[in-house]
Amino acid sequence: LVHRCARHPTPEIRCSARPLRLGLEFSLVMSKMLRLLGNLIRGSNSPAKVLVGSRNYADFASEASFDIKKCDLHRVEEGPPSTTILTREDGLKYYRTMQLIRRMELKADQLYKQKIIRGFCHLYDGQEACCVGIEVAIKPTDHLITAYRSHGFTYTRGISAKEIMAELTGRRGGCAKGRGGSMHMYADNFYGGNGIVGAQVPLGAGIALACKYLEKNEICVTLYGDGAANQGQIFETYNMAMLWKLPCIFICENNRYGMGTSVERASASTDYYKRGDYIPGLRVDGMDVLCVREATQFAADHCRSGKGPILMELQTYRYHGHSMSDPGVSYRTREEIQEVRSKSDPISMLKDRMLKNNLSSIEELKEIDAGVRKEVEEAAQFATNDPEPALEELANYIYSNESAFDVRGTNPWIKYRSVS
Amino acid sequence: MAALRLWLRGGKGALGLGTRRQLHRTAAAAAQLTIRDALTQAMDEEIERDETVFLLGEEVAQYDGAYKVSRGLWKKWGDKRIIDTPITEMGFAGIAVGAAMAGLRPICEFMTFNFSMQAIDQVINSAAKTYYMSAGAVPVPIVFRGPNGSSAGVAAQHSQCFAAWYSHCPGLKVLSPWSAEDAKGLLKSAIRDDNPVVFLENELMYGVPFEVSEEVQSKDFLVPIGKAKVEKAGTNITLVAHSKSVGNCMDAAAALAKEGIDCEVINMRTIRPMDMETIEASVMKTNRLVTVEGGWPQFGVGAEICARIMEGPAFNYLDAPVVRVTGADLPMPYAKILEDNCVPQVKDIIFTVKKILHV
Repeated sequence: LVHRCARHPTPEIRCSARPLRLGLEFSLVMSKMLRLLGNLIRGSNSPAKVLVGSRNYADFASEASFDIKKCDLHRVEEGPPSTTILTREDGLKYYRTMQLIRRMELKADQLYKQKIIRGFCHLYDGQEACCVGIEVAIKPTDHLITAYRSHGFTYTRGISAKEIMAELTGRRGGCAKGRGGSMHMYADNFYGGNGIVGAQVPLGAGIALACKYLEKNEICVTLYGDGAANQGQIFETYNMAMLWKLPCIFICENNRYGMGTSVERASASTDYYKRGDYIPGLRVDGMDVLCVREATQFAADHCRSGKGPILMELQTYRYHGHSMSDPGVSYRTREEIQEVRSKSDPISMLKDRMLKNNLSSIEELKEIDAGVRKEVEEAAQFATNDPEPALEELANYIYSNESAFDVRGTNPWIKYRSVS
Repeated sequence: MAALRLWLRGGKGALGLGTRRQLHRTAAAAAQLTIRDALTQAMDEEIERDETVFLLGEEVAQYDGAYKVSRGLWKKWGDKRIIDTPITEMGFAGIAVGAAMAGLRPICEFMTFNFSMQAIDQVINSAAKTYYMSAGAVPVPIVFRGPNGSSAGVAAQHSQCFAAWYSHCPGLKVLSPWSAEDAKGLLKSAIRDDNPVVFLENELMYGVPFEVSEEVQSKDFLVPIGKAKVEKAGTNITLVAHSKSVGNCMDAAAALAKEGIDCEVINMRTIRPMDMETIEASVMKTNRLVTVEGGWPQFGVGAEICARIMEGPAFNYLDAPVVRVTGADLPMPYAKILEDNCVPQVKDIIFTVKKILHV
């Protein structure tokens, strides 16, 4: 039993009408008029009086305006705007993407505990607003590189959940054909997935150098964590990026802990957005996808205008421990984790905003959730059932553009053919 | 030398190949070319040929190179193609690797390979392994070059040979030229190769002139990677070496020839992938083998050759065990008498050959 929502002037008021029979569509409507209608239905005592209707997309707002947290600024006159518009279409897109990453990471957790995923597995749940907010503010032709907590970025840069999960399980259908695993996934204009803490930062500046050299107005987003932020090579990179005005957005994803060490115990200065010294910096609420989007847009404009690099610190949080071998509660309290989950979860925040502003409905979002769950389940099925890479191909991809040659195996009589 | 300088400044027109045609009936017009100039030419030609090739490193631009190997290049090509870096090896090596991943073809100079240790993570973990880890999605066409091994009086921290360290790693190619022909042809091949190449030069050899044929002087002269060269054919014993030690072997062979001992000298040219076939074919002919290198003995290039000889067809042709002549197993001292005894000399090679032949 459904009742149709009429257009309503005040979106906050929920309809208190209740359907009389189960098994039919529910629809949550917010309308003063509908409250009256509901009263009318209840008053009629007639279950036969059924209003048949369907969700009507014309009833949603097409966009809404939101206040977002102001960024802290370092050597920046004026920061990103403090209000922004979210369209319904974008909202649904961000929601689905974040939800998919969330579910995919939780599924990876499960598969790891079942020993179907081995080795290192660094999960991104809690940080979804970062990778989604960044991706929607740059172009597919821009470049991105990050460290090992990279499944979310692999997805936003265009690899399917199926290929990501199959890479985690080390199968031939994985995006790196089982060669790389969790930390070494690549895509067009996405350079991984890097295992050595901080090493990806000079690489990112090098990609930015190529952007400038080739004059295609592209930029490179180079990410690292609060733990990596103290690496010497990062300061070497800041220097050269500024000296040569490389179009590089340095982004520190500060999730408060470098493995088991809190930022206060690791860094003499925890103002990561200021650590670039002569490089302008922003400190951004990394749990708010809209904040991240606006800041990244601001930073991208800065780089594209030829002013050189810029630094963004995203204040974010990871629900899991550092990796699957870290329960994540020896150096922080469960209360802290729970508090972030209840007050600052990026997906919940977006959901609340959308519902409160009639950009979507609970029903619609539930449908998206169901779709996401199905996609992730199918991806996991594929990842579990796809065969492992063929042993004959073990030695392929050692050299690029090389004629075939033999590679020694574990004893002198075992030889593999390497084909590039 | 003047002819060479004219050459360098003249760019495309200087070769005048057309006018030489009438001379081809006579012996190929040879010329003298130092290793340094061979390297400069190689880089100049490749920078001209492919607009994605560029050079970066300390002092490579306005200083003309710490060892003047990039002399004239910045003046000719400017800031975009020849880039001076701050003294931050890990940073600029990483930047070079990233640039290679994103479509450029950098030549990353280390002032000496001793300083590459600061950047070795970028060479191995970022450059060498990425093509494999990405299952072929991300090639890394980069050349790391610079002087390697001992010099003269520069003491322990500036004298290490890295041939064995880099050659240990799959995913890299490691080249070690000896002659001017090697230097030019191998560096050009390295720059054109789509893989990370470690190019080990030798500071003491930079100023040494070699006679080079007309072919070597052409802009498309390449020496293939992965192929050794028999510099001198012989029948009694095989001497295998790379870099400066090849010259020592040639001198030793000349001295031994006077005593009736006929040495075959093989110039490895490439350390990885190693051309074992040429070495094995030689050993199957001469039945004796000496390896010569400047680096330390333990886990060195000679050690690898010994192991492979044992495992391959040449073992059954040996009339004596393989012997290695190497740098002495200690950090390089400064005083001349000490240093001279830490570096393999011609007399060490002669002594070893005679020991093996029981003469």
